[in-house]
Amino acid sequence: MSKRDIRAVGIAGWGRTLGAAIISLIYFFPVLFIILTAFKTRQDALAWPMKFIFAPTLSNFVSVFFRTSVEGGDAEATGFGLYFFNSVFIGGTSVLLALIIGTAAAYGFSRFPLRGNDTYLFMILTTRMMPPIIAIIPIFVLFRIFGLSGTYVGIIALYTAFNLPFSVWMVKSFFDDLDRDIEDAARMDGSGEWRVFKKICLPQVYAGLAATFVFAVILTWNEFVFALMLTSPETRTVPAQIVRTIGGSMGVDWGLMSALETLFIIPVVLVTFALQNQLLRGVTFGTIRR
Amino acid sequence: MTTTAPFQTSDTTIAVTPAERSARGFLGWLMAPERRGALLITPAIVTLVVVNIFPLLWSYGLSFFSYNAKYITKPPRWNGLGNYIDLFTDPEVWGRFQNTAVIVVGSVFLQLVIGFLLALLFAKEFPLRRYLLMLVLAPMMLSLSAVGVFFRLFYEPTFGFIPRSVQAIHFWLTGVDEPVVILDTPVKATLAIVFADAWMWSPFVMLLVLAGLVSVPKYLYEAAEIDRASAWRRFSTITFPYIRSLLLLALLFRTIETFKIFDVPYVLTEGGPGTSTETVSVYLFRVAFNYFRTGSASALGYIVLFGVIVLTSLYLYAIQARGSAAAEPSD
Repeated sequence: MSKRDIRAVGIAGWGRTLGAAIISLIYFFPVLFIILTAFKTRQDALAWPMKFIFAPTLSNFVSVFFRTSVEGGDAEATGFGLYFFNSVFIGGTSVLLALIIGTAAAYGFSRFPLRGNDTYLFMILTTRMMPPIIAIIPIFVLFRIFGLSGTYVGIIALYTAFNLPFSVWMVKSFFDDLDRDIEDAARMDGSGEWRVFKKICLPQVYAGLAATFVFAVILTWNEFVFALMLTSPETRTVPAQIVRTIGGSMGVDWGLMSALETLFIIPVVLVTFALQNQLLRGVTFGTIRR
Repeated sequence: MTTTAPFQTSDTTIAVTPAERSARGFLGWLMAPERRGALLITPAIVTLVVVNIFPLLWSYGLSFFSYNAKYITKPPRWNGLGNYIDLFTDPEVWGRFQNTAVIVVGSVFLQLVIGFLLALLFAKEFPLRRYLLMLVLAPMMLSLSAVGVFFRLFYEPTFGFIPRSVQAIHFWLTGVDEPVVILDTPVKATLAIVFADAWMWSPFVMLLVLAGLVSVPKYLYEAAEIDRASAWRRFSTITFPYIRSLLLLALLFRTIETFKIFDVPYVLTEGGPGTSTETVSVYLFRVAFNYFRTGSASALGYIVLFGVIVLTSLYLYAIQARGSAAAEPSD
């Protein structure tokens, strides 16, 4: 390829970049709007035409956690510290449990297929496709009967089951992708099954397990219906509280709402960037691979 | 495990004599190679049965009773097929299915179109592609409830940027300056939900179509160029066959998911104005937790579940068809 050709490709490429940049920014605009508004004062947030250049303030982010409920009073904690902790704690614990149980099952499905393997897999996928709104009706009643409503144990157990189908399908797809020859060679050399799993299969899917973990944490972090119905003020997660505040006095304070949403979505957006290569597999539960 | 493990696969295993087996006791019996698969999946199945399947069966039972979850101690009253008969003859229920169907058709159609166009844009390699792709993919990973909150702010009549922008464009075009309200009529409110949902999920379709596009072998295009095939012909005979199966999967997957739509209408319009944007899921939520007709809600849940299972079977069938059509060289 001559020098001239390279330059021609380069210019055409940058032309596409420009077009794609404009379209991408328009597409991303709603998110950008929220993030910008989070840094605006009350006047700036409501200004029209909207301001893209303004003096940023962090006061909205402080108000998310501490603010005065009455004019001139002392700043009080709003409880969002606890709700963010709950989101992380409940999400992390339930996903870890789901991943341990799910990896075992995925390895079983992948390496030791049972009779009726597809039936089990179908059952597992169906529980995932099931609208949460249907599951919540009996679970709401049963949780109240067994006193699990509003407890950490209850919501963590529920989220573990909620994340399990996803973990099984994802991790199974990673195990399915492995080259079997290495394992078979190890078996021939006399490795036991546990050793084959621990020393050969598992290390090869560490990256996949990490991706599955992060993905499932996002799904749990975002989950709304179960959180709304089954958490108490002590165990409430962020999305369940955000929706409660929107109708109240906080709902009209745009900067505050945006700051809250920004804190809620920024981890997700950043993680999405990191997960780009696993995104297809993740959003289709491992049923489609690149 | 003995050292002479068979090397093909692990489902054929070393013969163990009954005597040896009984010598290992219960643990040995449990850990026997032929039970390995079952042993590994048991914890997962047990968890799902306890937390998912049992409650579902329980609500199947409840669907034949009159029951109010508010008064847990009050025993359910047998109602036979009453709940189902009431639901099937209730025009309200059919109205909710219609609302949902309109949103599903509108939103999935938009997702397919926008997702497809976005995929064409990102199909070729160009500088910064990876970073721009991230911006487009971000909406898909957000919380559904967050998207509901976002658009509630954007559509807000006095300060929302969407009505204010529409007002400005309207003024610019016609010279009439009047305030625009988005969520006041059933049609506009439905469109508002469709727009929000399509914005969120078009990247999903894009992702699937992109996977199809990158799998097309380059030499096919080169051959087509030599044959001077028109752009349309190149698309219909080379590109489309490669992305067809993935488009079908996207269509099915998004139909299942949009059919379940709850968070966005619940947060954005709360089903209004009137009940014009109340989808089946939102209605189900109302029946269960506002009116506390738990038995009736369980029955409706089962009707919805039936639909979801049918769609899920179709989806799995499409995946298998795609997998077995590996002769079609998409993977």
